[in-house]
Amino acid sequence: MSRVKEALVGKKSFIGFLTAGDPCIEKTEDFIVEIANAGAAVVEIGIPFSDPIAEGPVVQEANVRALSAPGGCTTDMVFDMVAKASKRVDVPLVLLTYLNPVYKYGYDRFCAKCKETGVDAIIIPDLSYEEKGELVEEAKKYDIDIISLISTNSGDRIKMIAEDSTGYIYILPSAEHVAEGEISSKLVETVARIRKITDTPVVIEFGANTPEQIARYSDIADGIIIETRIVKLIEKYGNDAGSHIYDYVKKMVDSI
Amino acid sequence: MFIDAGNPDELNYTESEALMSKGRYGIHGGQYIPESLMNEVNKLEEAYEFYKNDEDFINELNNLSREYAGRPSLLYYAEKMTKDLGGAKIYFKREDLNHTGSHKINNVLGQALLAKKMGKTRIIAETGAGQHGVATATAAALLGLECEIFMGKEDTIRQALNVYRMELLGAKVHAVESGTMTLKDAVNECMGEWARRTEDTLYVLGSVMGPHPFPMIVRDFQSVISREARAQILEKEGKLPDVVMACVGGGSNAMGMFYEFIKDEDVKLIGCEAAGKGIDTTETAATVNTGSLGIFHGMKSYFCQDEYGQIAPVYSISAGLDYPGVGPEHANLYDSGRASYVPVTDDEAVNAFEYIARTEGIIAAIESSHAVAHLMKIAPTMDKDQIIICCLSGRGDKDVAAIARYRGVDLHE
Repeated sequence: MSRVKEALVGKKSFIGFLTAGDPCIEKTEDFIVEIANAGAAVVEIGIPFSDPIAEGPVVQEANVRALSAPGGCTTDMVFDMVAKASKRVDVPLVLLTYLNPVYKYGYDRFCAKCKETGVDAIIIPDLSYEEKGELVEEAKKYDIDIISLISTNSGDRIKMIAEDSTGYIYILPSAEHVAEGEISSKLVETVARIRKITDTPVVIEFGANTPEQIARYSDIADGIIIETRIVKLIEKYGNDAGSHIYDYVKKMVDSI
Repeated sequence: MFIDAGNPDELNYTESEALMSKGRYGIHGGQYIPESLMNEVNKLEEAYEFYKNDEDFINELNNLSREYAGRPSLLYYAEKMTKDLGGAKIYFKREDLNHTGSHKINNVLGQALLAKKMGKTRIIAETGAGQHGVATATAAALLGLECEIFMGKEDTIRQALNVYRMELLGAKVHAVESGTMTLKDAVNECMGEWARRTEDTLYVLGSVMGPHPFPMIVRDFQSVISREARAQILEKEGKLPDVVMACVGGGSNAMGMFYEFIKDEDVKLIGCEAAGKGIDTTETAATVNTGSLGIFHGMKSYFCQDEYGQIAPVYSISAGLDYPGVGPEHANLYDSGRASYVPVTDDEAVNAFEYIARTEGIIAAIESSHAVAHLMKIAPTMDKDQIIICCLSGRGDKDVAAIARYRGVDLHE
């Protein structure tokens, strides 16, 4: 079993997300440690991209801040930082990136670098099931999981995606289950369909932020992720966000 | 898996390439998009594959093209330019005379009609210069669909008149403030909006780009340009042209202008890219000439990007060519050597804009003027019995104020 799957299977977990290089790459390393120390089961680290088409405005702005920081934030800088962070935490680290930075870096070289620096898995929002073949072969060579993405409108596609899943299954936010912070019947149905096919842990991304909402979501999922909250704390407190991130993650972990 | 590419005979697939996903043109194309859009593009493909052979659909579209858009467009012999340049015989395919003033209407009528057949009540679209936005808003008004247009804030300033035009037509225009606030950012926002709201909405993509099936659908609807032009030139001259040329941003008018000539191997195909301030500067949008292989906006193709795959900010005086990528079928025509792609600077395009106005009495779009500029270079080098067909993709009324400013005349709309 992969480290990512092992970290999530059979329990209820909180997964932290932040954008690398916001406000600077040195701080990202410290923030990852805070997230892990506060009890998150996995930390997702976004490689900033010029055109993060699947992100909302909060994460889009974090991408802009990271890329326009003095010295910018390149893929190599993220790997160097992760190499240090992975020595300071025990939880699996996952990179979230768009496909072009991976393609341009070279699939083989990127996956080798993941292995070398202690990255366990990659999430690529713009890599469809149909196109993942060209990357999956390389990832397998280095035991890197390519996280499967499912949407509440995936319908009959759920079967093939779930059957092929590795690491965890990431359920993408849709307008209906983000806006109200309520659990839609479509979401419940989606998770149920996945469960029938695979034991791969299911992680749901959504926009809720109260402990009560967290508790409700964690009833149906193995892990929950709230992409914007830590990013917002970093936006607000900058270099001093560390303790605020710790307190927030601790509160979320405790309410699951 | 099945491969849909324009001319399978023209392409040399290797075995591994043949195993790739749908919508491939050589190694280019594909469907690199978020899972939340996969069902929608599949539904669109299914609907298109059905309706493109449906007699009612074909009749309805042909009727709209003829009675509403004004097709067929003229193939105009530019006698004065031919004499003045002293070389090849010059013909212009007058897409600027279509309703709404550009070739964009060809594709929009097809896609909007398809949206209606699919039971959608709302269409959304990106726009650069505003030509595609105006065409989409027009089709929406005619067919009774709700319409929202995404346009980079920078472009809403450059093309303020077109914003107001779209609003007159009943569309809602969103000024996109993310990224470089131009065409690529408008595409980002439009894809995001479609992912959020698929139920009643179809994304009417304006160029031969994006994930499959868009490059195929847009090319098919635009191929009417070369279908007509090929028949018209055979009628007028009794032979095929030596050169067929068009400007290329994403590449829809060029793909439409090239398509039926691809099989005519002796016809040279030339795409004219916007070089902005020059391909040796960073202020350029000449993707094929300065870009490299990448995967973005749903497709594998050539993109202007840095060594880490960050999409580069591009620049051109023309908002319609100001895009960091190029359609996958063009990328493949380039790879195979079937078409060539040349850079044309702002300065050359503005000179051509003024020259064709003065010489032929045609105010052509600044986009189309890029092709005219290259035509002015090659026509004098060709023999008098040779023929060039150049696509005038749009009219230039929208550009008059910007050209005046370029020449230092303080003229505001």
